[in-house]
Amino acid sequence: MTQLALVIDLNVCVGCHACVTSCKQWNTSGPAGPMFDDNPFSKDPTGTFFNRVQTYEVGEFPTTETVHFPKSCLHCEDAPCVPVCPTGASHKRAEDGIVLVDYDKCIGCKYCSWACPYGARELDEYQKVMKKCTLCVDRIYDEVLPESERKPACVLACPTSARLFGDVHNPDSEVSVAIREQGGYQLMPEWGTKPANHYLPRRKTRKTIHEDELVRSDNPLKKEDIRHETSKEVTLDDWLM
Amino acid sequence: MSDKAKSATEGRTEVKNTTCYMCACRCGIRVTTRGGEVRYIQGNPDHPLNKGVICAKGSSGIMKQYSPARLTRPLKRKPGTDRGDAQFEPISWDEAYGILEERLAHIRETDPKKFALFTGRDQMQALTGLFAKNFGTPNYAAHGGFCSVNMAAGMIYTIGGSFWEFGGPDLDRAKLFVMIGTAEDHHSNPMKMALSKFKRNGGRFISVNPVRTGYSAIADEWVPIKPGTDGALMLALTHEIIKTGLYDREFLIQYSNAAELVNLNEESPEHGMFVRFEVPPEEGCFDPQNKLWWDRELNKPISTHTPGADPYLLGDFRLSDGTPVKPSFQLLKERVEEYTPEWAADITGIPAETIRRLAHEMGITARDEKIELPIAWTDTWGNEHKSVTGNPVAFHAMRGLAAHSNGFHTIRAMSILMSILGTIDRPGGFRHKAPFPRPIPPCPKTPRGPEDVRAGEPLNGMPLGWPADPDDLFVDDKGQPVRIDKAFSWEHPLSVHGLMHNVITNAWRGDPYSIDTLLIFMSNMSWNSSMNTDKVRKMLNDKDENGEYKIPFLIVADAFQSEMVAYADLVLPDTSYLERHDVMSMLDRPISEFEGPVDSVRIPVVPPKGECKPFQEVLIELGSRLKLPPFTHEDGSRKFRDYPDFITNFETAPGSGIGFLAGWRGKGGEKSIRGEPNPNQWEMYAKNNCVFQHELPKSYQYMRNWNQGYLQWAQEHGMTRYAEPINVHIYSEVLQKFRLAAQGKTQGKQPPDNLRRRIDLFFDPLPFYFEPLESQLSDKQAYPLNAITQRPMAMYHSWDSQNAWLRQIHTYNFLHLHPKTAEAAGIQDGGWMWVESMHGQVRCMARYSEAVEPGTVWTWNAIGKAAGAWNLDAKANEAQQGFLLNHVIAEELPAHDAGKHLSNSDPVTGQAGWYDVRVRVYPAGPDEEQVSWPQFKPMPQVPGTGERRPWLNYFAGMFEKKSG
Amino acid sequence: MHPAFSVIFLTTFIGVGQGLFLALFTLQSYSALELLPVQDSREFFAAGSFLALLFLVAGLGASVFHLGKPSFVITRAWRAASQWRTSWLSREIVFIPAVIALVFLYGLLHYLGWEANLFDVDIAGQLTLVIGTVTTLFVFALFVSTAMIYAAIKFLQEWASPLTVLNYTLLGIASGFTLATAFAAWEAPILVNFFGGWAILFTLAALGTRTASLIRNARIKHKSTLQTAIGVRHSHIEQKAMGMMGGSFNTREYFHGKTAAFLKSVKWIFLVLVFAIPLVLLAIGIGTDSLGLLAGAFVSQYLGLLFERWYFFAQANHPQNLYYQTI
Repeated sequence: MTQLALVIDLNVCVGCHACVTSCKQWNTSGPAGPMFDDNPFSKDPTGTFFNRVQTYEVGEFPTTETVHFPKSCLHCEDAPCVPVCPTGASHKRAEDGIVLVDYDKCIGCKYCSWACPYGARELDEYQKVMKKCTLCVDRIYDEVLPESERKPACVLACPTSARLFGDVHNPDSEVSVAIREQGGYQLMPEWGTKPANHYLPRRKTRKTIHEDELVRSDNPLKKEDIRHETSKEVTLDDWLM
Repeated sequence: MSDKAKSATEGRTEVKNTTCYMCACRCGIRVTTRGGEVRYIQGNPDHPLNKGVICAKGSSGIMKQYSPARLTRPLKRKPGTDRGDAQFEPISWDEAYGILEERLAHIRETDPKKFALFTGRDQMQALTGLFAKNFGTPNYAAHGGFCSVNMAAGMIYTIGGSFWEFGGPDLDRAKLFVMIGTAEDHHSNPMKMALSKFKRNGGRFISVNPVRTGYSAIADEWVPIKPGTDGALMLALTHEIIKTGLYDREFLIQYSNAAELVNLNEESPEHGMFVRFEVPPEEGCFDPQNKLWWDRELNKPISTHTPGADPYLLGDFRLSDGTPVKPSFQLLKERVEEYTPEWAADITGIPAETIRRLAHEMGITARDEKIELPIAWTDTWGNEHKSVTGNPVAFHAMRGLAAHSNGFHTIRAMSILMSILGTIDRPGGFRHKAPFPRPIPPCPKTPRGPEDVRAGEPLNGMPLGWPADPDDLFVDDKGQPVRIDKAFSWEHPLSVHGLMHNVITNAWRGDPYSIDTLLIFMSNMSWNSSMNTDKVRKMLNDKDENGEYKIPFLIVADAFQSEMVAYADLVLPDTSYLERHDVMSMLDRPISEFEGPVDSVRIPVVPPKGECKPFQEVLIELGSRLKLPPFTHEDGSRKFRDYPDFITNFETAPGSGIGFLAGWRGKGGEKSIRGEPNPNQWEMYAKNNCVFQHELPKSYQYMRNWNQGYLQWAQEHGMTRYAEPINVHIYSEVLQKFRLAAQGKTQGKQPPDNLRRRIDLFFDPLPFYFEPLESQLSDKQAYPLNAITQRPMAMYHSWDSQNAWLRQIHTYNFLHLHPKTAEAAGIQDGGWMWVESMHGQVRCMARYSEAVEPGTVWTWNAIGKAAGAWNLDAKANEAQQGFLLNHVIAEELPAHDAGKHLSNSDPVTGQAGWYDVRVRVYPAGPDEEQVSWPQFKPMPQVPGTGERRPWLNYFAGMFEKKSG
Repeated sequence: MHPAFSVIFLTTFIGVGQGLFLALFTLQSYSALELLPVQDSREFFAAGSFLALLFLVAGLGASVFHLGKPSFVITRAWRAASQWRTSWLSREIVFIPAVIALVFLYGLLHYLGWEANLFDVDIAGQLTLVIGTVTTLFVFALFVSTAMIYAAIKFLQEWASPLTVLNYTLLGIASGFTLATAFAAWEAPILVNFFGGWAILFTLAALGTRTASLIRNARIKHKSTLQTAIGVRHSHIEQKAMGMMGGSFNTREYFHGKTAAFLKSVKWIFLVLVFAIPLVLLAIGIGTDSLGLLAGAFVSQYLGLLFERWYFFAQANHPQNLYYQTI
């Protein structure tokens, strides 16, 4: 059984928000659209987005880490938002594990959003239906697109390729390998939701300096044999026969 | 999806390639339109720059295209209204051209310098410069002077190339990457792509920055530093690297002037110059190979690069005539003697141990992880090399170093550090991008005196150039500036990008003279692009005793209702980037890759909105009407139909075969770089992803400063005039020449007396550390903190607050400060506070941060807006909660012995010292209004701008028909 | 959570309606067992059922405002019954109309005075007793469904407790019995003591369970932390940007937007209005058969329940707020 998901590499995410707006522009003119924006040119602009990038500071100066943290629907394997939906609008596809909302069935009761611990769903305040990341289901199977572009818009956009996309149930997929080899983890594991999306943690490259690397025979300073003045003092050399 | 939306999806879909312009990065984009509206903008996977990726700004191009802040009609200030009131009446282009033609023709026939043309981040300096030169005005520059000219000048005067467009870190092969003072906008997607690849390959990334945001966030190590002290760090690193012998001796000897002997006879007019063994037969803008080394074997001077010679880098020698000489590296060693890590620790706030460790990491990585590529090449001295080697330590730096008045020397110090590590144009280090490397300094020169500005004639020289000695300065016989911005004068001799940040103040004061007409293209000079914004706004509106404006006529060409538009007498509506032809030209700042020259174009994806005209078309039209030589046949008739026609057919000189575009030249498009104009060149670009890439042979891709094959190729293809080696200037004779003049030891141009000491001090042939000038002139007890700005990745300067999507990400800005700093001042997280310098104050909101050096406060640049500007509601957060730090930054230094009105800039280059300002902070009173300060009278919506919709439901193909 | 008034009115109205029905049916059961005098079908039970129906239908009406758009009632609300296998909300949506229909039927039979000796015993009103028993089951099912909508969200720890079910049930019953007491004072003063006694008993029971949940919630240790939310192990993590600054659904839906002090005062208001005042008024009212006092007890309790329900939502701390600290 396939479970499509994103794996987000916090080790390289610089927090540029490319995933945020590339998602918005793709989806606002697609089946999930239009995606509403309120007060677009006045006080407190607000709109429907499927994906946000947040910033956290970890630790205290000077060892602070600034963590950029993109978050969208995690397509939980045991998605708590699905069984609670009274109309069946919120559903998880058997064929690929994508959690979707059928906008024609949704009554906008928001119960699914209450049932999501991650805050991944947003009500479209104009259409009054619940919306969320679709993993660009309208891209990834579109045979009109070249195969290399059958990926979510955010994945294609991401300048640091911090977003990997694939089947986390296939142990040989790029995403599974990344999770396995690079310490991929899930958010809020305490609820047993089994998010399909995973995050890869920060990793550090350090350099160890060995003392002998600083004291070497090929030190170029040795070529600058600074000529010393001849000593005018009497030396042993003058005495010993 | 509604039924209307469903029917919209059936609209006609088209896909076109062009080039992004949501920032200055210039990624290739693929734009899909549906029913004539933009459906989707994606990164072009076949583009060499971004290889398919796109950033937040690029992905929000739709909201720029349909922004209600778009200007769509030419506007004239209503009679009887003041500048700043933004009361306009729409006029026709005919009328606008009529006004321009009459005014400009008169100026050109009388005194062309009364017309000044200054432009923002426009990417068309080759054309705007051509226009200015042929108009005959010296008063032209782009925004470089207030952006990052120190980076360009400091590096180009040292290694013949610079970061960003002209070169960069080779992160494909580097093992250690040191990024210093880089805001997230320079360089954008290519840097992000390279960083991620670099980290995934196991590279070690160190970021030196007072603030940890964006790129620094993913650094393996963050080294917080006090602003303006990077020079001290560079010099201390150099100290440690020389002391421990971790420099690349071979590289320094062969490829720099480190081993060349400097005349130390204080009596000699040649004091501080390299000893020359003969006078070169030909003078040009290249370094003649006529200097001396001191050979270790023969223990006597020898011509540099003599086969088999092995010179000393250190030592103290006497020539046979008794002249005391030292290799310049010895002078560098002596210079950095006092710059110990302990000394730097106090200044930079970085522990001495850390500085030492960083130096060792750099030196050991460079030495022990050497790269060798099996690429044979030949150097300019004829030596054949079996391989290309490299030391995998790469650097990148930008405005954090540049925007300080000590930036030039800091950047020289960094370039020297990069050079002693042996990393110039080698794998894993710094690599050039065509047309760089160029000679040190490059060949173009400005005119030299007021006589070169002649009524009715083109300027006798380039409006911007690269002075090689004092005689290249553009000054009158008293040593006073000829340009309105005082560029290329003794105040800032190497101001190679001009000083746009002083134009308004100088013109207002009439110092050095008054002008008549100021044309500002795409630069927000009454807001975020000016220092001292509040007063500059008053200057723009100031009148003389006759009731005439001190700057009589102000033309603004822009695509948006910016703060600057409010001050215009005449507004020319520019198109969006999706509506125009453009070139990223080799004559300007192309998008070349390490592997060879690349240029690219924009082609229109959608028709211009309203009556918008690309500014290029305006220039071509004006050039034709004014009969400027490049735009006119001998008989005075118009030469080019329009801008695309100009691009196709213009050649730098008749028959030169060099034009704005390098690709598909020759009659049938069969030639590259050089060739006759090709009538179908645009179509060929359009068919080829709008980009032309020429990949050099592998053997030409490295060591280009000294690579015979490359230099000959570059010469043949018109990139450079000479195929001479471009040795790294560890020791800068150019600077020494200015110092000698200041010391009165030369025959040529002399600085005015008030500037002699300044020139003598700052034109040091070796880098040195000094506290930024503003800081020196500040009361640091009263103003204990540094204030700087950072650029968010999702907002390009002031451009994007009209963008409905991007402004949701950055709606207003905080002043970020360390909790201890804030608590000491009694400022609460999220609370209102004041930030005050000796020049002014701003009320803003505080945000605690552990990711900022405690002596520094910072904010995102240009998020704050004047009420009503950019067609935002006056109550928009940008105006009510957002703020602009510029109000506390002055464009001039306090009066001191060198002058009363010296620019707040680097004394060498005129780079605006944005980050030198010293401030104090304190909480706002409980009774104070909770809005940012200063506030300005809301700017009304100008005619022709769009309806400010209360809400949006963008859906391509039906948006313009139905919404809000 | 951001308290939604549609849900506050929905749950409190139907609670009263359900409770009132239970009071009526309890009376009828007592009468059938000859513990209490039989009341007039039409005057008392039909009118009482009608009153209960008013509250139930008002609750249903309030629920319409919880839909994205009222028009969804016509176009797609019918779907909301389809997921009763998994969704407590769907079950509630099944049970509300069922309870309404049953209470209507119960009232109608009483009104028409239809009788049938179904079990061949000498008990009057067998038909209504059977319908009433079925209705009672549905009423309890509805209480459980409504409460489980909240109690079933395990990471809303303030809600995820059997106490939530008990509270919804007992508060609904208490308010229904209080209303029944006042209704009795109007229609059949003889029953005031009966209903009043039960009303006091249920109010006291609800006070017990509600206080228990307050104590539980005050001590709650949230399982999710910023550390588990973003997966970084460090004791010092602070959010600096939410990814948007003008607010979003996430900043509006999950936070009451009021101060802690406000929250605290709401708690005391509901404790006084739901429990203290009605208990006093009921005690005095029973003694004096005062319609005014007893009606006052109900009004106080109902208003108090609005505060109680508001507090119930506001107190719940959704883990998504870890990601949206309104920075």
